[in-house]
Amino acid sequence: MNDKTSDIENAVSVHNVYKNYGDVEALRDLSLDFPRGQLTSLLGPSGCGKTTLLKIIAGLLRANSGEITVNGQPVAGPGPDRAFVFQDFALLPWANVIRNVAFGLELRGVDRSEREAIAEKYIGDVGLKGFEKSYPHELSGGMRQRVGLARALSVDSQVLLMDEPFSAVDEQTRRKFQEDLLKLVKNESKTFIFVTHSIEEAVYVSDQVAILLPRPSRVSEIIRPEGFRHKDANSIRRDPEYLDIVDRIWASLRTYVE
Amino acid sequence: MRYRSVLLKFLSALIVFGSWEIAGRIPVSFAFPTFIESMAAFWTLLVDGRMFVAYVETLKPLVVGVLISASLGIGIGLAIGLSRKFDWLVSPIFVVMQTAPLAALIPLLVMVYGIGLTSKVFVVCIMAMPVIVLNTSGAVRNTPASIIEMGQSFLGTRLDVILKIILPAASPIIFAGLRLGVSAGFIGAILSELKITPTGVGDIITYSRSIADYPSMYAAIFSIILLAVIFLNVLERIEEYLFKGSRQTYVSE
Repeated sequence: MNDKTSDIENAVSVHNVYKNYGDVEALRDLSLDFPRGQLTSLLGPSGCGKTTLLKIIAGLLRANSGEITVNGQPVAGPGPDRAFVFQDFALLPWANVIRNVAFGLELRGVDRSEREAIAEKYIGDVGLKGFEKSYPHELSGGMRQRVGLARALSVDSQVLLMDEPFSAVDEQTRRKFQEDLLKLVKNESKTFIFVTHSIEEAVYVSDQVAILLPRPSRVSEIIRPEGFRHKDANSIRRDPEYLDIVDRIWASLRTYVE
Repeated sequence: MRYRSVLLKFLSALIVFGSWEIAGRIPVSFAFPTFIESMAAFWTLLVDGRMFVAYVETLKPLVVGVLISASLGIGIGLAIGLSRKFDWLVSPIFVVMQTAPLAALIPLLVMVYGIGLTSKVFVVCIMAMPVIVLNTSGAVRNTPASIIEMGQSFLGTRLDVILKIILPAASPIIFAGLRLGVSAGFIGAILSELKITPTGVGDIITYSRSIADYPSMYAAIFSIILLAVIFLNVLERIEEYLFKGSRQTYVSE
């Protein structure tokens, strides 16, 4: 099974997807492929339907028509092959860090000792060792999102769906997160789908940037920033190609920003 | 700081009871005893045991009514919060219950259920249930959408989402509703004793009034207030203890 699924080049494929909210057309005939093991950003002005697309892939929303496949299997709802990282963290305020991180496994019926051992490992991985017994309200915004990330990692899905995960944390934490995300993409053989409205962030972390234009949304351009991907985290922000791509994207988006 | 709050509470009690004492001494009405007379009567009622006997009688419909209201009320509130259709079907009943002039309905209840315990339990339920139902349904409906989505995306079943996300998220407000329900139930229990058949504390009030023993009548009323305050304080402590973590719900900055 595993060998067969990894033969398919794209972990996630979206074909001719339409989505309407009542009379409002949110997505029109949208098609996009998400290559395995890479990070694809969905970038666009607010209201362009990027979160809608992400939730359709997650199985939380239904498309009106079109086909969404994960590892070649059509999506009918949420599945074990996808894990979601929420913009507002979506932690349980009454549960401590370890229960929050283990919650995905708890819902899958994994035993307490087993799921807590797994959670403990990922709490360490995201740098929250020692905070296992803390409650969300005792943590900073950045730490809360690390809990959200650890929860998504601990269910070991092949696809990670991230909905503007860093938009609710401060600028310095955000930069650190972006650097950590690059390492994560390199070390874990997972496919990342990342929604953001920050051009710099998208270019910095992505293997592929899909630019969505609004009302109704469609993919206007796909950019693959490849030249600086091998460079270390610190020098990317000064790389000429990085700066060029940021400028180019801004030039094409500015007419849509009022 | 803590010391000062105790001091202020003491001062507030002094002002209330002091003005009671003064009003009784003027007197504003021959049927209005002083604070000291009332307390003396309260003491007599305690010592000769009449108060305890009376409360055993009064607490019966209260306990039964509150238990029924709590279990049924939370269940119905949950269903209303989860289903729009059920909301439309059932909510109006509780809104009517909450606004209906209960004293006017009591004769009707007595005609149907007689003058026994059943009618009294009904009165307690009519008082206590609406606030429990409406608080529960409101709390369930106000569960943050993102944690429900989180439960779904991590493959929680509908039952998982209700038991592990919606109920815990709603529990502080459900508990606050229970507290309001209990205090409404108190009023219901006393009302039923005054309006249906004088038993328990209601009997002390009615009987003392009929023989013009006003200090005893006010002592009985005082005891009801005292008991309700103590009981609500205990519930509040339990609430604080149970929900001390989730009280500080965070806002993502």
